[in-house]
Amino acid sequence: MSEHEVTLTINGEKVTRSVEARTLLVHFIREDLSLTGTHIGCDTTSCGACTVLICGKPIKSCTMFAVQADGAEIETIESLAAGGELHPLQEGFWEKHGLQCGYCTPGMIMSAKGFLAENPNPTEDEIRHGISGNLCRCTGYNKIVEAIQFAAEKLEAANAGGE
Amino acid sequence: MIPGAFDYHSPRSLDEALSLLKQHAGDAKILAGGQSLIPAMRFRLAMPAILIDINRLNDLRYVEERGDHLAIGAMTREHSLEDSSIVKSSYPLLHDTAVVIADPLVRNQATVGGNIAHADPANDHPATMLAYNATVVAKGPKGERTIAIDDFFTGLFENAMADDEILTEIRIPKPAAKSGGAYTKLERKVGDYAISAAAVQVRLDGDKVAEARIGLTNVSAVPMRAKGAEAELVGKSISDVVVEAAGKAAAAECDPSPDLRGGVDYKRDITRVMVKRSIQRAVARAKGGK
Repeated sequence: MSEHEVTLTINGEKVTRSVEARTLLVHFIREDLSLTGTHIGCDTTSCGACTVLICGKPIKSCTMFAVQADGAEIETIESLAAGGELHPLQEGFWEKHGLQCGYCTPGMIMSAKGFLAENPNPTEDEIRHGISGNLCRCTGYNKIVEAIQFAAEKLEAANAGGE
Repeated sequence: MIPGAFDYHSPRSLDEALSLLKQHAGDAKILAGGQSLIPAMRFRLAMPAILIDINRLNDLRYVEERGDHLAIGAMTREHSLEDSSIVKSSYPLLHDTAVVIADPLVRNQATVGGNIAHADPANDHPATMLAYNATVVAKGPKGERTIAIDDFFTGLFENAMADDEILTEIRIPKPAAKSGGAYTKLERKVGDYAISAAAVQVRLDGDKVAEARIGLTNVSAVPMRAKGAEAELVGKSISDVVVEAAGKAAAAECDPSPDLRGGVDYKRDITRVMVKRSIQRAVARAKGGK
């Protein structure tokens, strides 16, 4: 058994903690850092409820050890509503009814954030492909796709306005 | 679910990784993308005493043509294959495969080398690399050696590498003129393993098939080539009758196990269909189509 000191940046804040090698990143985020917005769903690398961004890429935090994230930049759902204002993705899920029970939502939004950073102007098909690692058992996905389309348009408009 | 306890090492160079592996040969597992190993550890199907994490070996991430082949560094993330312009333009079989491996989140972390070294017949790359007649590069204390893909898969989750070797690169021969390939996979849902899938690579000479290699996914205990199906194609002009004969040969020579994805007869018949569809697409591409 080995203990390791890890230093990483999470939602802009640098943290250093000692972790057991076998600690999964999702447990580290939820239990050591008390950021419980990242959910644990299936525990079998299937559902995507635990999705976070590592250096901008969405990954399943249940399928990575915390010690592997040493030096990484991590974003979780808690980073989105900066200053209390909803991120366009959160606004999209609100406006388009992109959630019902809400359990998959943090993972779905983080997945969409990573995906939109690579493909800011996606087709409906590309959105469906992009979120295909995230399961939702309530919505049937149509409203989630609309929410992401809403966010993509809003983000594009904001970018265009800023030029 | 929490994995069993283990000692963790994160080497900064391949030489350091190799020396750790030599020191702990037999007790250590290499951690690549971890998208198969970590779930297995959570279920305690795998309980390695020591993990050697090679994710910091950035030198092992590349996809580029070198001489007569495409060289893929073992730690290349699956997602990079999807994005690679050379893969998109010249290796359609590999591109077909890259976009259907697991799901987009897993592909951001999973690696090509890990997918192959794991030697799981349910993984997608083994069939594709068999069809491409790829070569695996392994490095150990005695230096580097190459292993033909036909000799690489030796059993269920077993490969031809020694305990103290690390898979460093996969080489795919540059396809000759009038070549084409395709991968067709049937899965219950995104992220599941294939019910069956077929990787086909062909080269045409005029109207006739000059060379054909076919790999099958998840219908045998060891990743396999459908040599009977290949024999049905070589030397013949492609027609519905020839393609059907190849599909039937593959259905007969595969050896699926019944599970939640279906029974043996069903999987054999799906294999016939996957092989036929891949042949048709591969031939169309060899003729310059999409």
